[in-house]
Amino acid sequence: MAILHETARLDPRTAADGKTVARREAAPYMNPYLAGVGLGLVLLAAFVVMGRGLGASGAFSSLVAWLVDLAAPAHARANSFYTDYLESGAGHPLKDWLVFEVLGVLVGGFLSGLLAGRVRRTVEKGPRISTRGRLTLAFAGGALMGVGAKLARGCTSGQALSGGALLSAGSWAFMLMVFAGGYATAWFLRRQWQ
Amino acid sequence: MSAPFFKFGAFGDEASLVVAFAIGIGFGFFLERAGFGSARKLTDQFYFKDLSVLKVMFTAIVTAMLGVFYLSWMGLMDLSLVYFGPTWLVPQIAGGLLLGIGFVVGGYCPGTSMVALATGKVDALFFVLGVTAGIFAYGEAWPAIQGFANATNLGELTLPQVFGLRYGLVVFLVVVMALGAFKGAEVLERKMARKEGAV
Repeated sequence: MAILHETARLDPRTAADGKTVARREAAPYMNPYLAGVGLGLVLLAAFVVMGRGLGASGAFSSLVAWLVDLAAPAHARANSFYTDYLESGAGHPLKDWLVFEVLGVLVGGFLSGLLAGRVRRTVEKGPRISTRGRLTLAFAGGALMGVGAKLARGCTSGQALSGGALLSAGSWAFMLMVFAGGYATAWFLRRQWQ
Repeated sequence: MSAPFFKFGAFGDEASLVVAFAIGIGFGFFLERAGFGSARKLTDQFYFKDLSVLKVMFTAIVTAMLGVFYLSWMGLMDLSLVYFGPTWLVPQIAGGLLLGIGFVVGGYCPGTSMVALATGKVDALFFVLGVTAGIFAYGEAWPAIQGFANATNLGELTLPQVFGLRYGLVVFLVVVMALGAFKGAEVLERKMARKEGAV
């Protein structure tokens, strides 16, 4: 019962479908303001030590540019979008600051999840959508975000957090539009989540 | 020693990759601590049930903004050496909208999807593949869309410049706005919890 109680307290909707109740006891999440201060100090450390902010989507771009260059070098070299990323690494496209930072994100996320008992193979979704439907939407949403992040020159990390803290006008315009886009779409996607 | 350390030659390119990895660990750790490895926790923001995204994001922005502001005010940091991205107004507005839509459709953003992937979310793997496919599509379309993508370049534009206010005043106003948003978020969450309880 203790496990059921802990899980139920963590996420009552997960417990309601009956199947996911008997999992290992997961610790509750950190207070959001405390986690925000932690995240802010990591960002400040990046500014102070490196003179640059955090990022995420840039690492994916380096990966894509590297893959395209492997498959079709002439094609990649003729496109300035790819060459910008191919030439940015220290000798190799993947020897790039953001690529190493994102590898760290994987490790840090795993460590935190492990300590909290939250590492578990699962599909995150509401009770009213099939797994196949959820995975299809995850891919589609990712693709939209890939395009959006490139147009905006960064995602939630590089623009909203890093540019936001430096009071960049474009970053704040971007951030407001992310919330606007999210709220405008939420009603149509409610069956996926609620 | 003056900040930013790297710009003053405290260490080289190879060591900077070690720093990148270490900073990434901190980034991923706090994202997961906040619950951002869960798509349902993240998207609850857009159903007014759990406004952690707003709270964590604005607390982080305010923390780093105040840190940068005070360090440069005390002369410990040269803010002009910190990378500051130019504003491309229209593409950034369009990109922001797409990102917001993608957030609710996909459940994550690129950074949080890595944390979700690291904690075993299969949907995050599909999201990551989607991001990669989206960037590939963007790269292939680049010759056709670069005109739009490079439009309305306003250079290194700051909010103090836009509003004609002093930097310190804008910092103060952002703090006030964030505190107001936190208060509003707490009130809204309680209201939604009562509504849920009544149904």
